[in-house]
Amino acid sequence: MEPLVELRNVSFRYGTAPVLDDVSLHLHRGQFAALVGPSGAGKTSLLKLVLGTLQPNQGDVAIDGKSLRNQPAPHVGYVPQLETVDWNFPVTVEQVVLMGRVRRDGWLPWHSKAAKREAHAVLERLEIDHLAGRHIRNLSGGQQQRVFLARALIAQPELLVLDEPTSGVDMRTAENVLHLLADLNRQGITILMTTHDLNSAAAHVPWVVCINRRVIAEGAPEDVFTDAVLSETYQGEMMVIRHDGMIIVHQKPHHHTHRDILPDPVPGHPAPRTAARSQESAEAPVTTEVPHAVAG
Amino acid sequence: MQWLVEPFQYEFFRTGIAVAMLAGALCGLLGVYIVLRGMSYIGHGLSHAIFGGAVVSFVMQWNFYLGAGLWGFLTAVLINQTARRTRIGADAAIGVITTASFAVGVALISRYRRFTQSFDAALFGNILGVTWDEVAVVAGITVLVAAVILVAYKQLLFTTFDAEVAQVYGVRTQWIDTLFALALAAAIIASMQVLGVTLIAAALVIPAITARLLTDSFDRMMLYAVTIGVLCGALGMYVSFYVDIASGATIVLLQSTFFVFALIVSGLRHQAGRRLAHVHVD
Repeated sequence: MEPLVELRNVSFRYGTAPVLDDVSLHLHRGQFAALVGPSGAGKTSLLKLVLGTLQPNQGDVAIDGKSLRNQPAPHVGYVPQLETVDWNFPVTVEQVVLMGRVRRDGWLPWHSKAAKREAHAVLERLEIDHLAGRHIRNLSGGQQQRVFLARALIAQPELLVLDEPTSGVDMRTAENVLHLLADLNRQGITILMTTHDLNSAAAHVPWVVCINRRVIAEGAPEDVFTDAVLSETYQGEMMVIRHDGMIIVHQKPHHHTHRDILPDPVPGHPAPRTAARSQESAEAPVTTEVPHAVAG
Repeated sequence: MQWLVEPFQYEFFRTGIAVAMLAGALCGLLGVYIVLRGMSYIGHGLSHAIFGGAVVSFVMQWNFYLGAGLWGFLTAVLINQTARRTRIGADAAIGVITTASFAVGVALISRYRRFTQSFDAALFGNILGVTWDEVAVVAGITVLVAAVILVAYKQLLFTTFDAEVAQVYGVRTQWIDTLFALALAAAIIASMQVLGVTLIAAALVIPAITARLLTDSFDRMMLYAVTIGVLCGALGMYVSFYVDIASGATIVLLQSTFFVFALIVSGLRHQAGRRLAHVHVD
């Protein structure tokens, strides 16, 4: 079966700085995949290559078998990072959602009743129909994420691309967003997202791709999330704890105390705090080292 | 009511008020996009650049509207492309390109000193010297720009909100930017006679930013900006007639007054909102 998204030996650089080097990747219809890697690893650039807003210096990107050379990707819904949105822009939730069907709209400056009905149906599907008339600034983080998801869904995408959908929201909202994405995936939408949240990816995403300028590994989280793969991806010592079917990823603790890093906790006033510290606490320095049993 | 009708017995007032209201509507309409794109300085820069084009047109004996219009359009496209394709930000691109263009005009004037007087109108505006033919040109440009904005309304809104994402959703953002540059160059040329190069930037920015202070709705922002532009154009002509001060400066001063009023209203509204929030919390 032909993959929906295909990157063949793609290299990309900003000016002279290399960002991606000889990346080959396939994403089949119905897949739900997350790109993970440190900041600057090329995750967002890879998404933009898939969207067609960046062009590779070498190699080729194809959607549904068609090369994206100088044209945007067809049938794609995109949810950008919330941090990049201008929240003061004077638009309502409904207006933002309707932007997603611009490809299908005619030249009239107003939206048809059918278009508005469609927008409300999508908003209802995401349980935010009651917010249609509200300014985008006056929403919670989770609601904001859903609004941009609604804009992507109204475009009737085969492929949904999301840049950091769980960043800038609390843990519970992040979990809700990932559950929602899993639901959409079950309804047949192929999903490609980036995330820094390895634990959520391990719990909710069936396929992960570890990248740091090149693909380090890809597969199911239980196969890919190992100390060795993640340490290579993040260029630092990473620790994977497997407990009761759960995968918990953590950076390996350093063997030094907080005082080694911050010798002067209150700059300019070290003496009074030292004097006030009890003998007991002075003998038991605060440490980031975890007990052996947990580190396992 | 005599004071309302009296100025209309003069031809210069009739042409002047017509062109001031048209330019007010035009600048108000385009100003919304300029302000929301964070390119407030472009009006200032482009009007100076077009001044360079006007001088070149005069020296080369080209038609003023065509020569200066083409010059302004190319400058706007150059600014857009420089900002998008290089590491230079839009503000720096505007600063470099438009100042260089203005310098071309100044250099030509200093070389051919006998032209100096002819460009006073372009620099400071000469609304009282406008003919009906010129009113017709400004009216034509206003109708054309309004039509372009209506037809490309959804694409323009999306591109202004987030150009990169709009491209993903199939909006040809390069075309939209070029179309907007063309409309802006035309609007500045149309307003040059009314306000002059030195005051156009204010007419583009003040009504739009005043409207933004008064509403969170894009459609209403457009309506308010156009209304403020038209109202200040008409009121400015009356004040200028009775107080005997320059029309362009009067229009801009009135717009500034509206801005201060909107700033106070918006501040009071925010305070009231905060107080209501406290009541809810309590």
